[in-house]
Amino acid sequence: MAQHQVNYLKDGGLPVALTTIDKVVNWGRSNSIWALTYGLACCGIEMMASGASRYDFDRFGTIFRASPRQAELMVVAGTLTKKHAEFIRRLYDQMTEPKWVISMGSCANTGGMFNTYATVQGVDRVIPVDLYLPGCAPRPETLQYAVLLLQQKIRKESASRAQKPKRLM
Amino acid sequence: MRAYTPKDDVQKKPYYTDRYWVAPQVAKSDVSEDAVFAADLEAIKAKFDVLDAYIQVGQMVVVINAVDNFSVIEMMKNVLAYNQLSEMSAIDWLASEGKFEIFYQMLSMSKRKRVRIKCKIGEKESIQSVEKLFRSADWSEREMYDMFGVVVNNHPFMKRILMPDDWEGFPLRKTYPLQGDEFAQWYEVDKIFGKEAREIIGPENRDPARIDRYDTERFARLGHEVPHGTDISQGEPDTPLCYQENDGVFMIEKFDAEKSVVISDRHR
Repeated sequence: MAQHQVNYLKDGGLPVALTTIDKVVNWGRSNSIWALTYGLACCGIEMMASGASRYDFDRFGTIFRASPRQAELMVVAGTLTKKHAEFIRRLYDQMTEPKWVISMGSCANTGGMFNTYATVQGVDRVIPVDLYLPGCAPRPETLQYAVLLLQQKIRKESASRAQKPKRLM
Repeated sequence: MRAYTPKDDVQKKPYYTDRYWVAPQVAKSDVSEDAVFAADLEAIKAKFDVLDAYIQVGQMVVVINAVDNFSVIEMMKNVLAYNQLSEMSAIDWLASEGKFEIFYQMLSMSKRKRVRIKCKIGEKESIQSVEKLFRSADWSEREMYDMFGVVVNNHPFMKRILMPDDWEGFPLRKTYPLQGDEFAQWYEVDKIFGKEAREIIGPENRDPARIDRYDTERFARLGHEVPHGTDISQGEPDTPLCYQENDGVFMIEKFDAEKSVVISDRHR
């Protein structure tokens, strides 16, 4: 017997693992969350730091993409102005299903300190949000924890949930 | 003797009145005190009507008629060597005078002097563009139009610069509310989903102090304050911070904090 050949009867049985389709699909999805770079303000700096080598988002499978067609997570990092609201909605619509949204920081959650005519008072007025991340601005660890929580959420839901409508607000 | 004032209703009046308070004024001095400014003013006066002129904080302020604005600034640039338009905008005096005040802040590099040209126009009037003289006026005039609604004639690209093109209202006018009028409050909803979605989405929450005390998540304890050191668990077992589900994840080994070893000596 050649050295490289695995003796299945000896080394822990046949290479068979029993599971469900949902688990396999969600395992893949939750561990390769590609995020759309959406830095709108100072929270974007923290988001960039999370992606860079010190905090290293790549080890969770989160890689920032510049195109909504390749992304499944939108991290809205910063103040959303009324002028920009239509573009965030258009980019959200361009993302392929399944897709998730993290609202990062006070401004994206509620408008924050910008209680003015020009600021959208919470991105959930425009796009459905899966996870609200408080802070001004949240530290990279906080964003990483949010992504890990989102992974847990993805693993819990059904793999074919594309048709399920999301609640806006 | 002090004038008599009835004292029987003194309790109904506010305790403090600011009758001795005087709004601070920036001191104005005559233009003749500065030889350079005096010569400049003479040159302007020779050709144009000057309504008022004085020196304030070392800068000359010249008030002119709004119709002369282009020719005065042309003369300031070409004849009097004020070669930089550092700032221009409008001030809303519509409430008190029914007019906008438009100012041009100019700098002469060779003379090391600053001059402010001011003129006033009514709400429905327009002003001549100085973009042909100073390229810096391009965006300033667009911003003036965007924020105050002052229309500028002969501008190459008279369009809003900061607000969206389909915006209604001029945000820097004193009559514009800080949190926006009705159009502003529904702008993104109307534009993206249409007016019929207003009822579904609902109005903006403009109250930054609003707390839903029955929020199921209770991420903030506001509204449920207790004295310092009180046990707030209400019998609920302590849930440690976890990064993975309890039953683990397919093909991923769960991180066990108890089995893990903390390395104290990093040089071991």
